[in-house]
Amino acid sequence: MLSKRIIACLDVRNGQVVKGINFEGLRSAGDPAELARRYNVEGIDELVILDITATIEARRALADTISRVARELFIPLAVGGGIRSEADAAAAVEAGADKVSLNTAALADPALITAVATRYGSQAVVVAIDAKRESAGSERFAVYARSGSTSAGRDAVEWAREAEARGAGEILLTSIDRDGTRAGFDCELTAAVSSAVSIPVIASGGAGGLDDFVDVFTAGRADAALAASIFHYAETSVRVLKQHLQQRHIPVRL
Amino acid sequence: MIALIDYRAGNLTSVKKALASIGAEVMVPSAPEELADAAGVIVPGVGHFGATKALEGAWTEAILARVGEGRPLLGICLGMQWLYEGSDEAPDVSGLGLISGRCYRISGDVKVPHVGWNSLAIQQKTSIVEGVVPGSQVYFTHSYVGPVNGDTIAVTEHGETFAAIVQRGHVAGVQFHPEKSGDVGLRILRNFIEMVA
Repeated sequence: MLSKRIIACLDVRNGQVVKGINFEGLRSAGDPAELARRYNVEGIDELVILDITATIEARRALADTISRVARELFIPLAVGGGIRSEADAAAAVEAGADKVSLNTAALADPALITAVATRYGSQAVVVAIDAKRESAGSERFAVYARSGSTSAGRDAVEWAREAEARGAGEILLTSIDRDGTRAGFDCELTAAVSSAVSIPVIASGGAGGLDDFVDVFTAGRADAALAASIFHYAETSVRVLKQHLQQRHIPVRL
Repeated sequence: MIALIDYRAGNLTSVKKALASIGAEVMVPSAPEELADAAGVIVPGVGHFGATKALEGAWTEAILARVGEGRPLLGICLGMQWLYEGSDEAPDVSGLGLISGRCYRISGDVKVPHVGWNSLAIQQKTSIVEGVVPGSQVYFTHSYVGPVNGDTIAVTEHGETFAAIVQRGHVAGVQFHPEKSGDVGLRILRNFIEMVA
């Protein structure tokens, strides 16, 4: 049976992981390659490197980071953040990324999804959707661009369907309302999108405790769940999380 | 020297890195004639079966010539599907026909594509699965599958049961991505390299 995937996200700036890291035994806490190695030993199913820098110099550092991680880890690696063109996507793939995550650029030019999918295959294209409830209690979710700062004027379910039709292989769905709150994933948002598309949906935003993952894989109908800080701070090890899920009869890779 | 065939069906970086990590010597031939000295051949590939049309003619002849000389061939993902007679995904394009049957789209009440880690149920012990623990999980990403037959070494279930690993003599194929399947995947690549040695 297909396992539910647990994905760790590394936010990288100038080649260093920027969110707090609290692992014992790491020589350089901010080194993405070392952190990636640690997650791999714990049994992470996939990694996302999210670039949060803007300069050309930092872009070169990113390619070096991707290359160093990909040289020694043989699990899927996705790269996102600031991929604005087919050339940016190509640079990430050539460096060793298996998937590129498109967000703002895909909203501005949806044909970019098809261009990258045609060149590298749909399995290499993740469309990241940052969504927010239109109002408290609403069951409609609006899409935001530019790291959640600008309304894109799109409905999340409708945009996910369009992304799939244009060649996206997966949807990375982040709840802006829950991101950073540790109040649990937005299961209603996740279920709405997951039910609307055939491609896998990765839930993101709000992971706090072990049962949040149980909820998003059951009520939320997620195919995968992504978290950053709860793994970085080593509050929750990947292995303990997976054991918990297995006890709740959720298929995982242990 | 292993020849890794680039027919513009996806990127070869990951496969190259995985082979380098296990010490395999790899070359990417730019013309079919360069296959003459290859001790083994790997056909990777992701995407649409129609992409294998680029292999029709001289490439197919060169690959079959190597197989005829007893040199091992490994198909990965789309490359495994190409070992079959063909695929419903591109009915006008022929496969190699080294494994019998045609590939077809996954059906059933499951998400398609099949993306993620799933387990291998080993049916026969052959060289390609040497040291692989039954039930090991590997990483898949595909919408079409090959039928189970006498050459099926391992099966996986998603909606239905399909061939995850095939082997017929020195010809083997894996539907998943060994280059993205952690230690289990590297073990399978190493098993292929040992078939070549």
